[in-house]
Amino acid sequence: MASAAIPAHPATERTNYLTNGFSVKSWLLTTDHKRIAVLYLISITLFFFLGGFFAMLIRLELLTPASDLMHTDTYNKAFTMHGMIMVFFFLIPVVPATLGNFLVPLMIGAKDLAFPRINLLSWYLYVLGGILITHCMLTGGVDTGWTFYTPFSTAFTNTKIIEAGLAAFVAGFSSIFTGLNFIVTIHRMRAPGLTWNRLPLFIWANYATSLIMILGTPVVAITIVLVAVERLFHLGIFDPRLGGDPLLFQHLFWFYSHPAVYIMILPSMGIISELITAFSRKRVFGYNFVALSSVAIAVIGFLVWAHHMFVAGISLYAAMVFSFLTFFVGVPSAIKVFNWTATLYRGSISYATPMLYAFGFIGLFTIGGLTGLFLATLGIDVHVTDTYFVVAHFHYVMVGGVLMGFLGGLHFWWPKISGRLYPEGWAKLSALFVFVGFNLTFFPQFILGYLGMPRRYADYSHMPEFQVLNVLSTAGSSVLAVGYLLPMIYFVWSLRYGPLADANPWAAAGLEWKTASPPPTFNFDETPVVTWEAYNYDEIELKEQKEVAVG
Amino acid sequence: MSKYLPLWPDQASTMAGQVDALYIYLLLVSGVMTLLIYLAVVVLAIRYRRMPGRDAEQIHGSTILEIGWSVIPFGVMLTFFIWGALIYFKERTPPTDATEVYVVAKQWMWKIEHMEGQREINELHVPVGQNVKLVMTSQDVIHSFFIPAFRIKQDVLPGRYTTLWFKATQAGTYHLFCAEYCGTSHSGMIGNIVVMEPQDYAQWMAGGPAAPLADTGKQLFTALGCSTCHRLDTQGRGPNLQGAYNKPVLLEDGRTVVADENYVRESILNPTAKIVSGFKPVMPTFQGLVTEEQLNALVAYVKSLNQPPAGAAGAQNQPAAPPTGQPQKMQVQ
Repeated sequence: MASAAIPAHPATERTNYLTNGFSVKSWLLTTDHKRIAVLYLISITLFFFLGGFFAMLIRLELLTPASDLMHTDTYNKAFTMHGMIMVFFFLIPVVPATLGNFLVPLMIGAKDLAFPRINLLSWYLYVLGGILITHCMLTGGVDTGWTFYTPFSTAFTNTKIIEAGLAAFVAGFSSIFTGLNFIVTIHRMRAPGLTWNRLPLFIWANYATSLIMILGTPVVAITIVLVAVERLFHLGIFDPRLGGDPLLFQHLFWFYSHPAVYIMILPSMGIISELITAFSRKRVFGYNFVALSSVAIAVIGFLVWAHHMFVAGISLYAAMVFSFLTFFVGVPSAIKVFNWTATLYRGSISYATPMLYAFGFIGLFTIGGLTGLFLATLGIDVHVTDTYFVVAHFHYVMVGGVLMGFLGGLHFWWPKISGRLYPEGWAKLSALFVFVGFNLTFFPQFILGYLGMPRRYADYSHMPEFQVLNVLSTAGSSVLAVGYLLPMIYFVWSLRYGPLADANPWAAAGLEWKTASPPPTFNFDETPVVTWEAYNYDEIELKEQKEVAVG
Repeated sequence: MSKYLPLWPDQASTMAGQVDALYIYLLLVSGVMTLLIYLAVVVLAIRYRRMPGRDAEQIHGSTILEIGWSVIPFGVMLTFFIWGALIYFKERTPPTDATEVYVVAKQWMWKIEHMEGQREINELHVPVGQNVKLVMTSQDVIHSFFIPAFRIKQDVLPGRYTTLWFKATQAGTYHLFCAEYCGTSHSGMIGNIVVMEPQDYAQWMAGGPAAPLADTGKQLFTALGCSTCHRLDTQGRGPNLQGAYNKPVLLEDGRTVVADENYVRESILNPTAKIVSGFKPVMPTFQGLVTEEQLNALVAYVKSLNQPPAGAAGAQNQPAAPPTGQPQKMQVQ
């Protein structure tokens, strides 16, 4: 039994955050942002594989045109669970709550987040939300799709709307607290000398994300409450039979859920900026533009929600305004891609696994982003909205973007988190599986979409011409599944058998690499003083990896 | 090939070509963009790969480049916006001379009512070359009326009308889908848009083809390939239909049902629902491939197989005048 308490006596062997207490209590009641990040990592991984399980059910059902694997009701519940789990319990929290939680204090030279207990509370809320959605799933599920469109959700389905809504509601507060914590921390706890224009771009990205979290999430929370009120008390809000307006729901829902897309993608974009610079050994091209484009995306992202509603029955001119505004959000995204590419110029580029994921991100996000322009274009959107074209587009952004970024970041910072190196060969192989499997899964869906196959169809037996493309997609999804299972295996393997990592195995810039791997509980022995700009790889080469704070 | 792996949808309305032109423009522009970015990444990644003795050169950025690659793409995007908005404007402004058709959506079917009083379910007959305006509402939840071959779609809401208009250009049968998720049988809320030549349409409106239904059915029975399996002996892969109508049938699952009109209809549309004992579920569905009229004709033909005793030649029974009205074109996508 390790005697708890703060080390009054100098330990002979240095303890780090992982060895500072081994009891269950020391984990479940921890306020260490790094331990909370690990708790998040474990729970989010569980939900990722649960969401992935439903994805496989969907792909298997669509292997054949007929609805033969499961009843259509079951299929409808499967894609609803897939969407809800992936959106609320994976994509939204995945980067901020794991890597963000772990790295934000380290990168700005702080001991912890501003509100460590609120940070722990946000993990408990996440878990509570997760338990609710799991319970909902096991006791009958919900069949509305993750979008909960009214009046179907308030008056026409008898599945567990209230419980599913409550799960999203609770998980929403988890992300509000995380956002609040990040904003205060980034404003108030930066190390001396770490000015805003010296901040790592990952911090900028998480800052922009946090703004959306605290401004957008309350709106979806209110919307869920309104759905519950109409469903339980028949108060007419959305159902026209009660005098409500079903489009009001869509406005409220997308007011949050479109910016939520940027909650998902921005932190991954931040990761890509870190990876590209570290593996090109270069300053980022156009730091100010990359940093401010994150903020621009966060702000403009709030003004484009009705582009989900071009055929929903909004007015002709409203549609035109929202189409126009949507193109604005394309500009900062394009700026990022161009600057990353320009950063490669005259770099010293290594093909380590994290960099492969960064390349993958650029490749897939480019397609995801450009097809977003198709959907912003009114004349095209009318035809392809609610078809597989949309499904393909957002998976290119969500899976091709968010997940590629997350996996790249996880490989990059794994030595810092675990103190161990992962097996590079296996990692490259799995990156290849992910890239090939992803494209095989989702590229055919663009074609299916333009052909007109609607999304959320359990059965296409009257359209057998869609089968070949669906078979390709299902085949790709199994390759993709292998690509996701492999890291799961070798990361766990490396915890015991991986070579020990030193403080800075990549010789990367950034304060997080100037402390031990894994870091001690309070991160730095002395508060670092920052006198350099971000990604000062030229200075690092000269100083040949000056060791800081490992004494 | 294209039957199993179609890469482009049918073009059957005045809008289809316009939407496709814009789509091709976007494909070209974004294809070039993608290619340029991929090329840049690959070339730079290879050209500047890590090598001993070569350090990275630090470059801070270039405001001119930043402005360039913000403004130029935005200019290109504006062309997307303007072209797209022009098409959308046309799609949302029905011509004044359009014929009106009323559509009522409900879980999970489309009910169509023509001004002339013709009613249809999950099927809409329209003539080539005429502007048609659909006035739509829903009885329950939100649905969406989607005709891929026309490149148009409009949500159908409870409690209000939404409209959609088109002018069909190609005779044939096209998919109608519900594109807004609406519950259990969302994927079953589909149907056919049957585009007919004006004279066929007039005839359809007047009450259907003049030829005896059973004759049309017999032609269809051959044309659709039914006769290759449903042979008039015991060697076929499907049951011999001679004299089968209105008789009890023993099913594979042990039940016995009477082969009435509904059974025949179901067996054509959903062949695996009730498999006759001793046969395999090998028959493909004809839902979406045969119209209601064709279905009726097929049912009538199956009924007619009960009439002649084995010896008499059924074909000579009714020499009949050659059908004056052409049976409507059957175009399968």
